[in-house]
Amino acid sequence: MATATTADLEPASSFLRRQWLTGRLFPYALLTPSIAVIGGILAFPLGMLVYLSLQHYGLRELIAHQGEWVGAGNYQAILADPLFRQVVVRSLAFTFACVALTVVLSTLIALLLTRVRRAVRVIVMSALVFVWATPVIVTVDIWQWMFDYEFGIINYLLTQLHLGNFIHHNWFDNPVQGLGVLVVVVVWGAIPFVTITLFAGLLQVPGDLLDAAEVDGAGAWQRFRYVTAPLLKPIFLIVISLSTIWDFGVFNQIYVLLNQRPSSDYYTIAIYSYRESFGVSQYGLGATIAVLMVIVLVIVTLFYVRETVRQAEIT
Amino acid sequence: MIAPGTAQGVQAGRVRAAEGITAQVTVPRLVRQLAFDAVGVGVAAVMLFPIYWMVITALKPGRDILTLEPKWFPSPFTLDNFKDAIGRPFFLDDVRNSLVIVGVMLVLALLVSFLAAVATARFGFRGRNAYLVMIIAVQMVPLNALIIPLYFLLDSVDQVDALPGVIAIYLAVVLPFMIWTLRGFVANIPRELEEAAMIDGCTRIGAFFRITFPLIGPGLVATAIFGFIQAWNEYIIAYVLLSSPHNQTLTVWLASFTTNHGPEWGPLMAAATLTGLPVVAFFLILQRYLAGGLTAGAVKG
Repeated sequence: MATATTADLEPASSFLRRQWLTGRLFPYALLTPSIAVIGGILAFPLGMLVYLSLQHYGLRELIAHQGEWVGAGNYQAILADPLFRQVVVRSLAFTFACVALTVVLSTLIALLLTRVRRAVRVIVMSALVFVWATPVIVTVDIWQWMFDYEFGIINYLLTQLHLGNFIHHNWFDNPVQGLGVLVVVVVWGAIPFVTITLFAGLLQVPGDLLDAAEVDGAGAWQRFRYVTAPLLKPIFLIVISLSTIWDFGVFNQIYVLLNQRPSSDYYTIAIYSYRESFGVSQYGLGATIAVLMVIVLVIVTLFYVRETVRQAEIT
Repeated sequence: MIAPGTAQGVQAGRVRAAEGITAQVTVPRLVRQLAFDAVGVGVAAVMLFPIYWMVITALKPGRDILTLEPKWFPSPFTLDNFKDAIGRPFFLDDVRNSLVIVGVMLVLALLVSFLAAVATARFGFRGRNAYLVMIIAVQMVPLNALIIPLYFLLDSVDQVDALPGVIAIYLAVVLPFMIWTLRGFVANIPRELEEAAMIDGCTRIGAFFRITFPLIGPGLVATAIFGFIQAWNEYIIAYVLLSSPHNQTLTVWLASFTTNHGPEWGPLMAAATLTGLPVVAFFLILQRYLAGGLTAGAVKG
């Protein structure tokens, strides 16, 4: 009753303001700053990237600020390039290995965290937070040091554990091994975020449901498969989407671990694009590869992103 | 022993019954608990080892670093590597640049992402899904590919080799993920709380600022941590767009420890420790405000 009276006596100006605030334009007003920042800073570079991809653009053109229009020429050249096909397959395999390992290991650690005693949980969480907080560029330097062929601790440990003779073993001589090392480095860095996110989700799974399933005779795997996993679906979706986007774009790890001169055996699309641009000053071709990279990524993540946005519907 | 109150009595009875059942399996259960705990400690050790090795290497004198048989503890222990790292040119400049860039960027990013998060979590409107897709899609573009266009953009407003230009770029790069995370936190707060306050006589704005805003605190902290880590880590943009040494950031400074003869491991590990320190400190200081809600935002769809 009191509210009704206040509303009746409200001054016209504040009434109008409330109309605006509750009105249809309000959400758009809230979005304006973010659209202005993201659009204002990224729209022109994105447009120019596509424009560059349609031009012959080398060092001379860069200095003259004037490219030579070649239409779809760059795209034809890149798509006909056998190296590009190799690079795409390698990038997809690398991304798949990283995402799969990250999600599986993180799920196991998150589940483990629900079973250990409190003190152990605090220890594991602190370790995860520490790893997460360490800058990537720092962690890459650390791994480079640990995998050093001469004085690296990894070679020493593997030799001591009698897993073979790893004295003076250079992990990056063989690209399969080298990429394996890179997967380890990427997964190690990705585990904290994914584990902590999944653990937060696990805490929200009602214990009653799990108890009921147990009473009905469900084993540990069945409880996970039919109770926990479906409830965590939205979290798995966002974690897989983001991991795929991040791992597909991995750059610093490869670039630094290979001393800024990765051989073409180590090219992922991101590295290939960068090398074309800044290694051999073919900025047009570099831009073309980058555009193709985004297209590949969109195709790969289409399903996950659609589901993720669907899960974000207002309920 | 009869507990006062039937409900509690029943409860106690159940507990005793459960204990009776578990009594037979106590030993295996204990062993299983110990096994879980042991695996947990093992996971923590494996995860932490690289960081341990960095700090330990930084504390060793040079002759103890390059040994075929590694030394697990620094003895003798020395701070020479740290002195060496700090004594390199432009260290203080680069610390200041990193702090200024990340600090200014973070304040702006929190403000902007907060508004966008409220819009997308609290309102249904046309174009909402398109906006969310845009937020995710922007993250797919490889930053390295945008260096030349970004250079031209900054050049046209005379911001090449200047901190504001880099701050603006980081802002645009970090915003999408921050908006997405914060949106989850806002969506997590029951709208009913606001409605209850409005029934009690609050205006919509009043309800928002008195009820919802305080509850978003942990979300803002978590989002700030994400943004801080992302910006503090960035290397390639800073490397290309900040050319003069007194304008560079710590990650670029870190790269200067790798010479043509390979990295100088001792000073590099000391420098890496110093570069990582502010992030860890930022994390630890803010962590107590999180109350376990570091990723609660991602939890709510």
